[in-house]
Amino acid sequence: MSEAFEELRDLYQEVILDHGRHPRNFRRLDGALHAKGENPMCGDKVEVWLKLGAGERIEDAAFQGRGCAISIASASLMTEVLRGKTRDQARSLADAFRTLARTGACPVCDAVHEEDIERLQPLAGVAEYPSRVKCATLAWHAMEAALKGEGSATTE
Amino acid sequence: MNDAPPVTAAFDVQAIRAQFPILTETVRGRPLVFLDSAASAQKPRAVIEAMVHAMERQYANVHRGLHWMSERTTEAYEACRDAAARFLNAGSRDEIVLTRNSTEGINLVAHSYGRGVMRAGQAVLISEMEHHSNIVPWQMLRDAHGVELRVARVTEAGELDMDSVAAHLADGKVGLVAITHMSNVLGSYTPAERIVRLAHEAGARVLLDGSQAAVHRKVDVQALDADFYVFTGHKLYGPTGIGVLYGKAELLDRMPPFLGGGDMISTVSFERSEWARVPHKFEAGTPPILEGIGLKAAIEWVERIGFPAMEAHERALTDHALARLSAIEGVTVIGRAQDRGGVISFTLDRAHAHDVATLLDRQGIAVRAGHHCAEPLMRRFGLDSTARASFAAYTTRTEIDALAEALTRVRTFFA
Repeated sequence: MSEAFEELRDLYQEVILDHGRHPRNFRRLDGALHAKGENPMCGDKVEVWLKLGAGERIEDAAFQGRGCAISIASASLMTEVLRGKTRDQARSLADAFRTLARTGACPVCDAVHEEDIERLQPLAGVAEYPSRVKCATLAWHAMEAALKGEGSATTE
Repeated sequence: MNDAPPVTAAFDVQAIRAQFPILTETVRGRPLVFLDSAASAQKPRAVIEAMVHAMERQYANVHRGLHWMSERTTEAYEACRDAAARFLNAGSRDEIVLTRNSTEGINLVAHSYGRGVMRAGQAVLISEMEHHSNIVPWQMLRDAHGVELRVARVTEAGELDMDSVAAHLADGKVGLVAITHMSNVLGSYTPAERIVRLAHEAGARVLLDGSQAAVHRKVDVQALDADFYVFTGHKLYGPTGIGVLYGKAELLDRMPPFLGGGDMISTVSFERSEWARVPHKFEAGTPPILEGIGLKAAIEWVERIGFPAMEAHERALTDHALARLSAIEGVTVIGRAQDRGGVISFTLDRAHAHDVATLLDRQGIAVRAGHHCAEPLMRRFGLDSTARASFAAYTTRTEIDALAEALTRVRTFFA
């Protein structure tokens, strides 16, 4: 593989391409918390559903939407890492992820979210592209809106 | 570079590139391949130097000083009006209103002609391929003034549907047709002369948005018989913050002012004020002096190269780009207008335009991606977004080849 190709890989790692192409949990959930997210700058849209189970922990998370590989991959990975989280843990992880996307690292989050941040690490490359950070954080905004009982969120 | 020989003896793209300091910059360690000139063009040394010279040697406020510096600066600034009048072949320099950009020019007409001259119950006709700047001011006029807003269709080929234009004009209610002279998304030119003729026969005035067209093709507002024509400096190799509105004198005379303030009045008292004569009536406040000086330099730079040579160069580039892009599996070029310029929108199967743009940027290639401030046109073609490559006098065949090769690599990513 050529050098130019390798360079493209550090932003679009296989995990992102895979989740962008084959998003996980791409479905609706009945009777779940729900919110829509929209990035008015580019028109990307996602809807997020969260089902809370015993102990107010997230039992199932799902999404649907359309957008670039980064926004879809981020939403897909999010639905995977949210399972089993309490509301507070989910919010705290969203903060950690936003730091990761904006700065490329989140040293202080490691202690609390080490495993999840490692899972989300492939998205850290967007930090180099300020205009793409919102693609990565869109689904997370929608998730927090759903937890708060707000119907919608925007990246603006 | 292994560019093909210049298309005309007079046109040497490498000599032109040498006049643009920014083109020697590198991006991510590669030479900059700038294919986003339709958003804003790079600036030649002539423009940069004219503005620096003014700031270093000859600068004061204009139109009011009784001192040497002010008088010299006024001359230099007002020379921009003469250059713009010549550039558009206006009948008189007084038909040139200097604005901030095309958007301000359109808003000025929507406000002063729309509210001042048009009557409720009349209609404004735009098209499906307008930039938001030629949609929103008319929506604001509609909502404030009871004017109907009509939209002419665009064909599948990406051309203005002239049957639709004629149908909308048929009842005689359209008072103003406001249509782009060249689409910023599809690169299609519109048949401006036919639009003007049809509109005038139906009793309507015409505003042409020349933001794109004026950069690529000689515009003669008298030959077109256009009533209003707008363009912006920064797409014409000039600075940001300066644009031009051409308006026929008889219309500008009838229109009330747009913004109020200094420079646009002849006398002021607390009871009433009298307006300055046209065009100063529409130019409130200290104008963009340095930008005007820069725009004059840009116009002269374009005139030195000449539109015939520039058009031939850009046509050859566009043909080459259409051939190269169409040959890539999965690439779809949007629109196939007969009369088109160097703006090409495309999609890549299974890849979102933003991902395409980011991956091209990784390879040093700047294109635009998104809805290009033309959301209704995107919807017309059933799209959310496209990537767009656009060409200028300094664009080379080598750069287009680089785009095609980079796109081929991007495609394998999303295949």
